[in-house]
Amino acid sequence: MSKPVTRIPATNALMTNKRRDFMSYVWGFGLALILTLVPFALVQWQATTRGSLLIIIAVLAMVQTVVHFRFFLHLGRKRKREDLLLVLFSTSLLIIMVAGTIWIMANLAERMTPI
Amino acid sequence: MISELFKRVEFYLDARQNKEIFIYPGLNLGAEHSNVHTQAEATVFGFWVFLMSDAIIFGMAFATYATLLQGTAGSPGPRELYHLGPIFIETLLLLTSSFTFGMASIAMKYKHPTSHLVGWLLVTLVLGVIFLGMELDDFRTMFAAGGLPTQSGFLSGFFGLVPLHGLHVTAGCIWLVCMLGQIAVHGLDSETKLGLLRLALFWHFLDIVWIFIFSVVYLGGLA
Repeated sequence: MSKPVTRIPATNALMTNKRRDFMSYVWGFGLALILTLVPFALVQWQATTRGSLLIIIAVLAMVQTVVHFRFFLHLGRKRKREDLLLVLFSTSLLIIMVAGTIWIMANLAERMTPI
Repeated sequence: MISELFKRVEFYLDARQNKEIFIYPGLNLGAEHSNVHTQAEATVFGFWVFLMSDAIIFGMAFATYATLLQGTAGSPGPRELYHLGPIFIETLLLLTSSFTFGMASIAMKYKHPTSHLVGWLLVTLVLGVIFLGMELDDFRTMFAAGGLPTQSGFLSGFFGLVPLHGLHVTAGCIWLVCMLGQIAVHGLDSETKLGLLRLALFWHFLDIVWIFIFSVVYLGGLA
């Protein structure tokens, strides 16, 4: 039983798998390229006000992160539940710690700055 | 023992029906590499735990940077020190290297000739090294403009965050060279495949960290 599973001939379906894997990277690359080009272009030509620029950059960064996870790291609903849970749990930890730090330190700076 | 056997049989049946089974995040090698495939389940999950703890470290470095952003203490700020052009090229280099590593993973998964795999890995390595060279050049430009880490809180935060990513990319490049050596000495055995699986995750992960660096640090600083 330690004998490895014998080589499966390259059937059509296997070619489809290969094509699907390949297209995953192509889609990921294409989408990430667009999601990179847009904010760089907007900042280069200062398209709108600073406030709306920051919001657009943040939203596009979030979308690009999801694109990378989906197409490069192949994380999704079809995978085992624990892996997605690990990533989501770590993300929630990150959000709590980062947002908490910024909140507390900004509040502190505001209160401690001499008028 | 029995469960192992069942797993094998399951793989085999699914492979016969040409269904792909995914047992870990990342590109699954699948039934054609059954030995590595089952081994990878635990190994790759462990590596994900490491990646997520690394993500926490980066997150805290980002939080520190954001906290210190206003503290320029009269020394040059983001607008004087950041240049969008080189950062844009570095972003494209890293993104392309993620794609070429993907091509390497596909070459491994579908058992293309090893020369294809090595070729894609070499392209990835070259892109990574060019990225590092450009980043070092950025730092030199910043130093010349008076942007030293000791100048202000903002600059300390910057040099705590961005070079941390650069160090990770350096580690990734060294690891890549080691993997090439492993391929040359041992060929594509299970250990080498497992190493390449993990390195691929590491490489794609660093590209995700870079999204936040160019968005938060550079685009945010110049918006």
